[in-house]
Amino acid sequence: MSTPNDLYYTENHEWISLDGEEGVVGITEHAQEELGDIVYVELPTVDEGLDQFEEFGVIESVKAVSDVFTPVSCVVTEINESLMDQPELINEDPYGDGWLIKVELKDKSELDELMDSNEYKTFLEGE
Amino acid sequence: MKKTSLYDEHLNLGAKIINFGSWQMPVQYSGIIEEHKAVRNAAGLFDASHMGEVLISGKDALNLVQRLITNDASQMKAGKVIYSPMCYEDGGIVDDLLVYKLENDQYMMVVNASNTTKDLRWINKNAELFENVDVVDKSEYYALIALQGPLSLQIISSIMDEGMDKGISDLKYYSFVKTEVNGIDAIVSRTGYTGELGFEIYLEKGKAAPVWSMLLEAGNKKGLKPAGLGARDTLRLEKAMCLYGNDIDETTNPLEADLAWTVELSKEDFNGKKELEKVKEAGIDRKLVGFVMSERGIPRHGYEVKVEGKVVGEVTSGSYSPSLDRNIGLAYIDKEYTSIGRKIDISIRKRDVNAKIVEKPFI
Repeated sequence: MSTPNDLYYTENHEWISLDGEEGVVGITEHAQEELGDIVYVELPTVDEGLDQFEEFGVIESVKAVSDVFTPVSCVVTEINESLMDQPELINEDPYGDGWLIKVELKDKSELDELMDSNEYKTFLEGE
Repeated sequence: MKKTSLYDEHLNLGAKIINFGSWQMPVQYSGIIEEHKAVRNAAGLFDASHMGEVLISGKDALNLVQRLITNDASQMKAGKVIYSPMCYEDGGIVDDLLVYKLENDQYMMVVNASNTTKDLRWINKNAELFENVDVVDKSEYYALIALQGPLSLQIISSIMDEGMDKGISDLKYYSFVKTEVNGIDAIVSRTGYTGELGFEIYLEKGKAAPVWSMLLEAGNKKGLKPAGLGARDTLRLEKAMCLYGNDIDETTNPLEADLAWTVELSKEDFNGKKELEKVKEAGIDRKLVGFVMSERGIPRHGYEVKVEGKVVGEVTSGSYSPSLDRNIGLAYIDKEYTSIGRKIDISIRKRDVNAKIVEKPFI
């Protein structure tokens, strides 16, 4: 199960990467595998403000409906439009082309509440 | 939790296992969409061993069957299968099932796994009304393998001895033969839950694994894939076949479920007859219809159906349809709003999303 080193992880299986002030949010390899074939994605609008761990969207596979939560308090700066027609990108490349939203972080210290790659790996083993 | 005799095969094939009622069943192997398409274009292999089998025999076997089901079994010849709801006195559906006429005075009912205990209670209760009838639960005896898809005949024939395969290729829809599959005694019927050409193979539990493996191997080069409960659900939904617990249950009757073709009101007394006659005379209040989403969104069981902001029904099944690449569903809707082509709204997470009533089946 891939869990890249440079990401922060939540217990709900989202990840966030950081590039300066901008974060990119998606779901983990484990999450996409648990969901199975993803066929529908609902994302917030740009400029929407979100609190940490607030629900920001919905991912549906053939069988399941799953809410996604933002790892940090933020403002949405961009959504991944290509997921509207190709939701399967999340299955194919959850840490790359299957990203969900780009955000501007409100408080970087919230990242301390998230897991690093090793912690997330241990968390998965315990699930 | 119960496991079928093919459980280890599923694990070896990398299946994702879920709890389904009291059973641990494969929900998918390679992926629901891939498995779904394999069944439509080539073939798929399903473990349906969780289904219940109830043997009804004796001089009063037909009388009991006729009392239990809404369809008419009196004209069946040995070797025939019929589909029927089984109702309570109030017309609510206990279960939907297949009746196999094994021979004169001997029938096998194949019932939904999650209903087996309840069904047996109901069947036994009704059996008390007759003198010469035996009800035996054979669910623990039989494994059930379903081979479904346009190439299923080729594949099953390839593992049958010469002579035996003839019986299979001559088999008409909803007929069965007692035969041997690779030397193993089996009941093979041309039935299934996918709407494709297909066969259901009943075998003694301990002998199912080799037949399963042989079918997989025989079909491998032809595009056969093992398929799980996930694909089973999307396949049956595209053909608008009812799923007990979703589209029909004790609170729905066969007439509103659009199963009037399985209700033979002219036959002698049967459970639910009086109520169903009343329903027929008064006309149904609501009807199970098929609809396709016109906008983005996937309908799911329990979502409200609206017309001009008013709730007029409820979704019973809904999914992405791999064959159509659209989102489809079944819903009970107040009768006056059920015309084909009518625009309806499905309430998805508090948002009204446009949909349209269409003819069933979807494909």
